[in-house]
Amino acid sequence: MLKSPHLLGIKDLDEESIHLIVKTAKEFKEVLNRPIKKVPSLRDVTIANVFFENSTRTRLSFELAEKRLSADTINFSASGSSVKKGETLLDTVNNILAMKVDMIVMRHASPGAPHYLAKHIKANIVNAGDGTHEHPTQALLDTYSLQEKLGDLAGKNIAIIGDILHSRVALSNIYALKKQGANVRLCGPSTLIPKHIQSLGVEVSHDVKSTLEWCAAANVLRIQLERQQIKYFPSLREYSQFFGITRKMLEELPKEIVLMHPGPINRGVELSSDAADSPHSIILDQVENGVAVRMAVLYLLASRG
Amino acid sequence: MTRKLILSSPLLEITISRLCQELIENQIKDTETVILGLQPRGIYFAERIANELGKQLNTSFPVGRLDATFFRDDYRRRDTIAPNSTDISFLIENKRVILVDDVLATGRMVRAALDAMNSFGRPAKVELCVLIDRIYNRDLPINADYVGKSVNTLPTEKVLVEWKEQGHEADKIWLITQ
Repeated sequence: MLKSPHLLGIKDLDEESIHLIVKTAKEFKEVLNRPIKKVPSLRDVTIANVFFENSTRTRLSFELAEKRLSADTINFSASGSSVKKGETLLDTVNNILAMKVDMIVMRHASPGAPHYLAKHIKANIVNAGDGTHEHPTQALLDTYSLQEKLGDLAGKNIAIIGDILHSRVALSNIYALKKQGANVRLCGPSTLIPKHIQSLGVEVSHDVKSTLEWCAAANVLRIQLERQQIKYFPSLREYSQFFGITRKMLEELPKEIVLMHPGPINRGVELSSDAADSPHSIILDQVENGVAVRMAVLYLLASRG
Repeated sequence: MTRKLILSSPLLEITISRLCQELIENQIKDTETVILGLQPRGIYFAERIANELGKQLNTSFPVGRLDATFFRDDYRRRDTIAPNSTDISFLIENKRVILVDDVLATGRMVRAALDAMNSFGRPAKVELCVLIDRIYNRDLPINADYVGKSVNTLPTEKVLVEWKEQGHEADKIWLITQ
């Protein structure tokens, strides 16, 4: 059983809980491969998907997970809502809760927004990404996908390559991987690696080639131009020259590595098309596992009533 | 707390053999019958039944494992129970399914299993085989077709089944009184 009624981040999740979520997700993956892919567990639970920021994968994945669990769902997106008229976050969510909603799945541009909500409202809260802070379900599905390929992650070398500074996926993954005893190396231009990140127990490198040689799996991240107020590197073309990964680079490695990407991919920038579509890539497995992991998270959280 | 042994070797083997005889008497055929063990402990009993049937008929029956955790009716009403694996590598559409569990008490788990089974097709017929039937404990109108041993128990009592496959020294079935 999970210790908290919310999933706000990986930072506060212990290894035992990560293990429980992954184990439960494994059983849900089996359910998703049945002729009838639905279970009745959450039939008396109503979930609101509250998205203050754009999303394709995460939102669809959560929605499908909720439907597979037989939950009732309502969707809210900030564009076209009363948020534009000046309503506060707490008022918006309390209005949704007044309609007898049990769980909130929220994405918000401000780091800490779900933590703030958790203090003020009664429903279970699942963080579906808060600004540049955390994206716990992504890290959990990355953990699950990695375990499928590599088994136990203790002692394994995992690289995270790209825009670490603006990435919530990077931070959640660092917490998740370190908790499981993996060695983590971050790689990217020095402007896109946060200062003092080594205090989390990770290595830092600025050389993609040697990082790929070192790792058993590489999680490649997108350059988040929408969050960049200033220029961190001269041009995307130059970034791609120094940090882009091609199929040729993967094939020249002495061993086969696992290539991951949380999406959306900017083909030709962080990954060339032939690398993204290569046999090394488990990008679509990550998406498939995402539904099972989110089912597990919702199932385990809702069971606390 | 006291514990009383209600079934163990060699009577257990005799019971399993007798249940198989009853199944054969009811004309089960390897071509149209599948055996489904209910997680967590029914799977061991199902393996025993399948092995014994195989020996007596000189054939083999497909055996699967069914977990009904996600179909339970007490979800959100008690602590979560971690799910076990479901492993059914055959079709149950139009098959005769022998659902096997170790203990039948309230019947709620069997109800959940019947629901869970629907995800794999529509069986022609479903029969229930249990090792221990706790009579007078039923919450639902469910009865077993094949019963190893009937035990009259109080709701406060518990039946504990220990299988060698779980790491126990010997197969033992206990009645525990609080």
